Parts: sequence; C-alpha cells; structure tokens
Amino acid sequence: MPNLEHPAYPAATLLHLEGLVPCRESQVSMLLSIFGERQQFSFPSIFIYGHTSSGKTYVMQTLLNTLQLPHVFVNCVEYFTSRLLFEEILIQLHGSSETEQTSHVPCDNFNDFVRLFKQAVASQELQDQTVYIVLDRAEQLREMEANILPAFLRLQELTDRNVTVVLLSEIVWELFRPNTGCFEPLTLYFPDYSIGHLQKILSQNHPPNYSADFYAAYINILLGVFYMVCRDLKELQHLAVLNFSKYCEPVVRGEANERDTRKLWKNIEPHLKKAMQTVYLREISSSQWERLQHDNREPGQLKGLSAHTHVELPYYSKFLLIAAYLASYNPVRTDKRFFLKHHGKIRKTNFMKKHEKTSNHLLGPKPFPLDRLLAILYSIVDNRVAPTANIFSQITSLVTLQLLSVVGHNDQLDGPRYKCTVSLDFIRAVAR
Amino acid sequence: GCFVFKPSPKKKRVAQKAAKVFRERNDDTEDTELRFVTCQSLWNWIKREMEQIQEDLNKQLFDNLIGFLRRSHSEFQEKTTEWTCRMKSREIPTAALVLGVNVTDHDLTFRSLSEVLQNSVTPYIALLEAKDCSGIKNLMQKLMGQLMNCYIDVDSLEDEDCVQVSQNRIRCSMTSLINWYESVTKKTDSETPSKKRTSSSKHWQSPPVVVIFRDMESFTTKVLQDFIVISSQHIRELPLVLIFGIATSPMIIHSLLPHSVSSLLCIELFQSLSCKEHLSTIIEKLLLTTQFPFKLGEKVLQVLINIFLYHDFSVQNFIKGFQLCIVEHFYSQPVSVLCCQLVDAKKRVNSLSHDQCENIRRLPSFRRYVESQVSEKQIALLTEDNFLKEIIQKLLEDLHVYHENYISVLRCLHVFTSSLPKYPLGKQIRELHCACLENRVWETKEYESSLQLARMLNKSDLVTMLQQCVEIFVSSSGEEFDKTVEKLKEFLTQFQKLEAEAFQEQDVSVSSQKELQKKTDLYHLQKTLLELKESRRSKKLTKFEMLRFEVVDYIDSLVRNYLVPADHKTLHEIVYFNSASVLRGHLNAAPRIALHTALNNPYCYLKNQALKSDGGSISNKAPDICIVYKLHLECGRLINLVDWLEAFSTVVMAVEGPNADAAASDQVDNTIHARFIRAVSELELLGFIKPSKQKTDHVARLTWGGC
Repeated sequence: MPNLEHPAYPAATLLHLEGLVPCRESQVSMLLSIFGERQQFSFPSIFIYGHTSSGKTYVMQTLLNTLQLPHVFVNCVEYFTSRLLFEEILIQLHGSSETEQTSHVPCDNFNDFVRLFKQAVASQELQDQTVYIVLDRAEQLREMEANILPAFLRLQELTDRNVTVVLLSEIVWELFRPNTGCFEPLTLYFPDYSIGHLQKILSQNHPPNYSADFYAAYINILLGVFYMVCRDLKELQHLAVLNFSKYCEPVVRGEANERDTRKLWKNIEPHLKKAMQTVYLREISSSQWERLQHDNREPGQLKGLSAHTHVELPYYSKFLLIAAYLASYNPVRTDKRFFLKHHGKIRKTNFMKKHEKTSNHLLGPKPFPLDRLLAILYSIVDNRVAPTANIFSQITSLVTLQLLSVVGHNDQLDGPRYKCTVSLDFIRAVAR
Repeated sequence: GCFVFKPSPKKKRVAQKAAKVFRERNDDTEDTELRFVTCQSLWNWIKREMEQIQEDLNKQLFDNLIGFLRRSHSEFQEKTTEWTCRMKSREIPTAALVLGVNVTDHDLTFRSLSEVLQNSVTPYIALLEAKDCSGIKNLMQKLMGQLMNCYIDVDSLEDEDCVQVSQNRIRCSMTSLINWYESVTKKTDSETPSKKRTSSSKHWQSPPVVVIFRDMESFTTKVLQDFIVISSQHIRELPLVLIFGIATSPMIIHSLLPHSVSSLLCIELFQSLSCKEHLSTIIEKLLLTTQFPFKLGEKVLQVLINIFLYHDFSVQNFIKGFQLCIVEHFYSQPVSVLCCQLVDAKKRVNSLSHDQCENIRRLPSFRRYVESQVSEKQIALLTEDNFLKEIIQKLLEDLHVYHENYISVLRCLHVFTSSLPKYPLGKQIRELHCACLENRVWETKEYESSLQLARMLNKSDLVTMLQQCVEIFVSSSGEEFDKTVEKLKEFLTQFQKLEAEAFQEQDVSVSSQKELQKKTDLYHLQKTLLELKESRRSKKLTKFEMLRFEVVDYIDSLVRNYLVPADHKTLHEIVYFNSASVLRGHLNAAPRIALHTALNNPYCYLKNQALKSDGGSISNKAPDICIVYKLHLECGRLINLVDWLEAFSTVVMAVEGPNADAAASDQVDNTIHARFIRAVSELELLGFIKPSKQKTDHVARLTWGGC
C-alpha cells in the first residue's frame, strides 16, 4: 500500500487521514495530487462516481475536514431547487458568523450567484486558497434549469476565483453530458469494495468490551451469509450491530469461549438466515427484531408486512374489481362469448389468432371504457344492480386506492378509460 | 391579539331556519317546535354517545401508537454514546397504520389521533394529504407551514412579530426546519419554572415531530422517496416520526418505495379495528338498547346495512343515515312528539290537543287495537280524549316493557344461534334483529332448522350457553325475568346432576366394554355387539336428551312470547321509523334513472297538470327536450336527423293539427327547426347522443334499450 505523501501537508495529518479511509488510499492520493497545495489552482471540476456506499461522500468529507480545506458540502436532493442550492452554498460559505444577516439575500439565478459568490470569497478572505464545492447526488442537477450543470462545471472560469467543483454521483458521466456540450470534468471512479475490503472496514470498529479478533470472526460469518444479497456497507454494518448480541450470547452465558468459533457459528447461522428474510427486507423493523432477540422468541410470531395482503372490500367493489380485471385481460371479442347467454357458435378454427396465444397476463392490463366495465358488472352480478351514484363513486374510490388507474387525462369527463392494476393472486383472494 | 369568532348567533340563526322549515310543511303548527327541540336533543345525545363509543374503540390503537412514539426516540432523549447506538444507522421510526378501505372514516380517526397525540406526546404534528403534495417543494411548504403554525397555537401568540414572516420568505428547507426546532425546544427549556412544569408534564424535553401521511396510496413515489432521503440525513438533529395512513394493505410500502429507501425506515405495523366490527359495536350500543326512544324499522335498517356492506364500508355514512332517519321521522310523523323518554312522554300525553288525539286515532296500529276492544270501549276511545290519553299512557308503558324484554330475549336467542353450524339465522346479532323485526321469527324455516340444530348440541356447549343466558337476564332491567332466571338455573343444576350420574354410567359402560374385550369367540362377540346396539336404540332418549328438549322448548316459548315483531305492537309508529323508500331515495341516488324519469315523464318533477300523460303517447305540451328524448328512444343505434326533425315537427304541430294546414307544407317552420336543434344539442350535452362520422346527417346513440 502506498503511503500518502504530499509536500504541502504534515506527515502526521496524512497518516491520520490514511487510518480514516481504509481501502481508499489510492483514490485519496489521486485526489491530493489533483488538489495540489492550498494556494494552487486546482482542476475546475471533478466528477466522482461509483456504486452506492463505495465511500464517495465519506472520503470527500474526511479529506476536506482533516486537511481543513475551505469547502462547502451540499446534497442536491435536499436542496431541490436551484435557488435553495445557491443560497445554501452561500450560507455555508459565510459560515455561522453572519447567518442571520445573509439568510434573506435572494439569489434567483446563476448570475446573482456568481456575483454573491465573489463577495463571499472576498469577505471570508479566501482569495489565496482553493475553495471546494462538493455537490452530492449530482444527478439531481439535471432536473434543474438547463444552465446549472454547465455553469457549475466552469465555475472557476466564470467567477475568476480559485474554486473547484466536485460532483458526486452514482451514475456515469455519459448520462450527464448535455446536448449542447459542456466543459468536460475530470472523472474519477470509485470501485466497489471487495469482500476483503468489507471485512477489513467492518472489523475496524469493534465493540470496546470484545477483542478485535472475536469481532472479525463474527464479521466473517456475517459476510458469508449476507455477501450474496447485499454489498451495501451501511446496511451490513447495521445488520452486524443488530445481530451481534445474539452472537455473544453463548460467551456471556459461559457456554463457549471467544475462540470457540464453530460453536458460535452454529448458534448464529440460522439466526442470520432468518434475519435475511425479515429485517433485511424490512418485513419487520429493526427495533422489533431487537425486542424479539431480547425476549428470545421465535420471529415466526410476528407477521411481516407482506403477510397482510388481504384487503376487505365492500360487496359491489369486489364485483367491480373483478369486472375490471376481466375487462383488462380479456379481448373485447370474447365478451359476447363469455357474458351472453345465447352466444353464437364458437368457431374453433382460427378463433385464436397467433399472437393471442401468448398469455394475456404477460402483456399486462389493457385499458377499457367505463361502459364495458358496467356491462360486465351487470352480467356477473346475480341480481339486478341499479346504476346508482354509489356504484360510480366506488369506481373513483377504487382509483384512489390504486387498484384501478385512469388512462389518459384525469379531467376527461366523458368516456373515461381505466386499467386494472391488481395481480391475479389478488383477484383470486377477492373472488373467494 | 387573535380575533375571536362568535359562532353562537350564526348557529342560532341556522337552527331557527331549520325550525322554520320544520314548521312550514305541517299545518298543525302547535307541536312542531316541540318536535324540533326533541329531535335536536335526541340527536345531540346520540352523537355524544357515539363519540364516546368511537373513542373507546380507538383507544387500543392509539395507546399502541403512543407507546411506539414514546419508544421511537428514546435514544434521542438520552443521547447515549453506547457502541451499538453509535454504529447502528439511524432509521426513521415509521408507523404503518392500516385503516381499511373506508376512506371517509379516516378523516375522523386522524383528527382524533392528532388530538390525542397533541395531548400526550407532542405538539408538533403535521398532517399531509396527497392532493397538496404534488412535488417535494409543496410538501415541504405544507409541512413547515403546519409545524410552525402549531407552534403559534401552543405559545398563545406571544411573539407575533417573529412568526409573522410569511411562508414564502421562509426558506423551505430542512435546515430552517431544524433551526426552528432547536429554537422552539430551547425556548421551552429556558422558560419560567412555573410554565416549564406545565409543559413538561405533558411533553418531554424534545418531543418528536410527527408527520402523518393521510393517504399513502395517492402519494407519488418520487415525492415520498425524496422526503424520506432528506429527512433521514437529518434524523439526528430532528426527531422525526412518520405515520403512513394505509387504506389497502401494507404491501403498498414496498411497491411504492425501493429497497434503498425503505431501508431507511423502521416500519412497525398498526391495524385498526375492522369496520365491520366497528359497525356491530355501533349497532349494539345504539339500536339494541332501551336507552334511546327512537327505533329503526326493519326495512330502514336493512337499507342502511346494505349501503354499508354493498357500497362503502363507511361507519360515518351509516351514522349520517341514522341521523337522517331521526330528522325525517320527527319531520314527517306528527305523532313523533311522543318519541321521547317514557316519563316525558307521559307528561306530553296529558297535554295533547284534540287534533293530535285525532292523529293518534288515525294510526293503523291503534285502529287495529280499537277494533279488538269491546264496543263500549271502542266508542270511548274514539270520542273521549281523556280516556284515550289514559290508554295511550298505558300502551306506551307496554311498548317500553316490550322493548326491554325484546332485547334480553334477542341476546339470549343470539347466544344459541350464533354457535350453530352454518348459522341459519345469521352470525351477527343484527341479522337476527332484522329477522325478528321482519315477521314472526318462529314461523320461518330458518328458525325451525336452527331449533333442530339446537336439539343436537352437546352438553358442555349447552351449559355454557345457559350460563350466558342467565347472565344476560340477570343484567337486564326487565322485572319479568326473575322466573326465567330461576328456571334456567334449575336447568343448570339438572345438568350438573346428570353429569354426576353419567360418571357412574360411564363405569358401567366401561365394564361392559371390558367384558367385550374378554370374549374372543366370534359368535359371542357378534351377539354382544347386537345387544349393545339394541340397547342404544331403545334407550334413545337418555335423561340428557330429555333435558335438552326441555331447554330448547323453553327457549322457544320465550321467543314466542317476547320476540313479537314491532309492527304488531300498538302505537309502534311513534318510535319506529319505517319509510325505507324515502331513505333509499336520499341515500342511494340513481342519477341515470332520475334523468330518464325527468325526460320520459316530466310531470313527475314539473307537476303541471297539462303534462299528466297516460303513458305511451307523446304530449306536445312537454318541453322540447322531452319530446326529442322520447322520439330518440324509438330509434336504433344511428339516428337520422332529418327523420327525427320531421317526427318532432309532427308532434309539435299536432296541437294546431286539424285547423292549420300549414302542416301539410313540406317546409318546416324556422322556429321549430331552431327548437329542435337546441333540444338535440341539449341531449348531446347530457350524453345521450354524439355526432357520428359513419353516415352523414346521423347521430349515434350512446345508451341502449328502447321504450
């Protein structure tokens, strides 16, 4: 592993930094060499991408904080309009000292932003240092006005100040590039952590009252179970903490010592598998899981979210839903055959055209007009149904419950068309 | 300062207006005022009772929720630095509240929920609806608006100038929300000690901020995702709790949110009482008591229950329907003035006027009663008001006693029928109630079959049922049931005796079986088996079976005595509301049918004598659109406009028909032409026809079926 080296910063700080960002040393040293020294101009814009929890945000934050570089860190999801984004950058730049005063300075467009940014840099005496603006979840920038992204990319040029914009995203740069072209940022890829990396990072934070080896063995088992389905570092850490107390149980009770790996494995493995089916999928919440562990009960007693699939519906709503399902998945031609008492003879030859041999369920629901729905309803309900306002209002309430959906515009009053959005299993349960 | 509205004068005006409307209809004005007042007080009473019932029903759910809220941010309170807390990713505590498909009821539930939370957990509650939150921006605006306003409510407008900042000027971002939260909690900390005591007794130091999503299904995925992602980043500074109101099933969470987002939540499920159980409780507490003088007739109750079961599952609508029944009853039934507590009713009987006495004499049930009396009494009843009043008082008392007995016996019968296989008389007590109200229940087939089934009950069931019946009768207020209770208790003791005897018998049978095992000879075995069989057949009626018959017969006699349908009772019109058709017309509107009636038979709505038609023929006095409509009913799918116009002009000209020979001329009058075009376009507007491109000069019919 190459040690971090940079003439501008003291070796002790760099060593500390290296300890904080395990498995990301090469990326950090790359970034350091791009950044250069404090007063040097850096590359105007850097684009960093990589999968979820590959350490992009964390590395940037630790790097800038440890080296005490002037920076602004903004999440683009949180500041969802350009105006909020600008104002947040300016506020952070001003620091906490003048928040009250500056918070109401309106900043509506990029022009204002450039002007105010210059002022802010001047007032904070940052002219001779590189200011870093980190935009996390940068893919949101594409949804704002068209000029925002290109302008941020060449902010250094526009403001004529020493500033570097760092964009963090989970998707590749090719998906960002606007049609009109723009300044190409320096792209940097953060690869996924390998299983070895995960092991190393997860074992780093062992609980204070257990030895590091013991915890590392536990992480090894955990990764063995979960690595197939989940490589998200945060999630893994969460799961590790949730299940650790169960792992320790035999040790606490004195049935096994810390070295007795096999026994411990036997104890924890089924438990982890169960966790994979429940907690990981958020079928039951982690606090419920902890309580279960605490009481030493079987998780079978607690039903997950997907166990409650049954929906109770009023009598006619059931029939309406069934009628809608039939209308969505049967071709119009067959209506006469299915729902009329005295239908004509069925010509078996070439009744089914070739393309209809594929199941209609694979093709998805088709839209149908209201009249067809009602006609089918009348034929499937035994007794007479009066077309009262209650029936019609039930159709709308089925739409609000997302069991049906309106095709086309909402405001179309005559001849609305619907689609049935429920699955066959659901309809079976309703029809029973 | 806050401007205080004084709602009382307005309300009074409304009430006066309603009273006036009440008065206008009836000619005998003397008691309308009284009826109106009675109606109002009765409804208020019922409403109070209902609110109490609903509060009790929701209590369990709300308690669970409050417990969850308390738990959810305990770490935030204690600010622990333990290893586990440090390492675990902080999830947003989320309650998935499954409320069922009766969306109309949710409003009330959420209102009382936020009230309860406000009183016990936190003042910071925001209630978001999907229709206000089309984008994340709107959602944040709404959220901050509600939260900051609630702050004003709590602190009684102390510092207006600081809060008066208009919504637009507040930056609607999470940071400003956090700043606001910090300032608010800090302020309550540094308040004067006296104040602090009051506030801390209700809430804790840093109460959670509760955000309720009323209709989870209608929110767009993106808005929810963004909001959850944003707030999960600030969960350490802002103790947020989400409550999802779900109408269908909790699966919707997984279908709306991807795993990366739902892994930020810590979801716990809460299920409210099913609406059917809710309704049963309401019916039990409102209809099956003697507390309220007002009763629903069988058909009316059936209409209300059908609307509930077939259409909306909405308890609120059921209650609204019930309210309508009350109003309609007091409005349309002049003798309803006596529909109040027995004591008041007796007083009111004494002050009845002659006209009102006549009203009572006109009641069909009273006439039946008169006819059954001897002739002198008949004359007295029909001529002497004072005598009539005495009798009425007696009859009212009878009616009251009847109700008391009826309910106890009904419950008792329900104990039996609800445990029979296949439930011939219905599983719910409301079904049994309807059956009993409809006609003599003991004459129905279902009753017979259920009696037959009851005769086959086993002993332990029978004993528990009898015990339940005893409890019912003991707790009932009717005085006549002392004997019944005694009788039932006697049955119970007999059963116990039987048990003791059966114990001995069992020994005998066991010994005989042992004998059976001893004998290995095939011939002997056969013989003993036959003997055993014979003995069983001859002993068909054991003591237990005899007793069982007795019990069932006794119950049968109770039913025959007390479960007489209400419309066989004299003066039942006073307390029973029976006009189901009126109710159906109000609650189950049929727009298409109404439209057809209006166009086909305009007399129905216009009440013009000239329009009174004798069916098939088309009167030319009817409005143009009616004529056009009737003519179009005779056509097929496509209508020729020229033919239609011709037919129209023939009908319209029919009045001048014989004398004016203008009809003979081919040219159609311009005014008639214009009238026709106008009528046709009106029909198009109503959605009966639409222009067609298949044939020139034709329009297509959009409805089917002729006249």
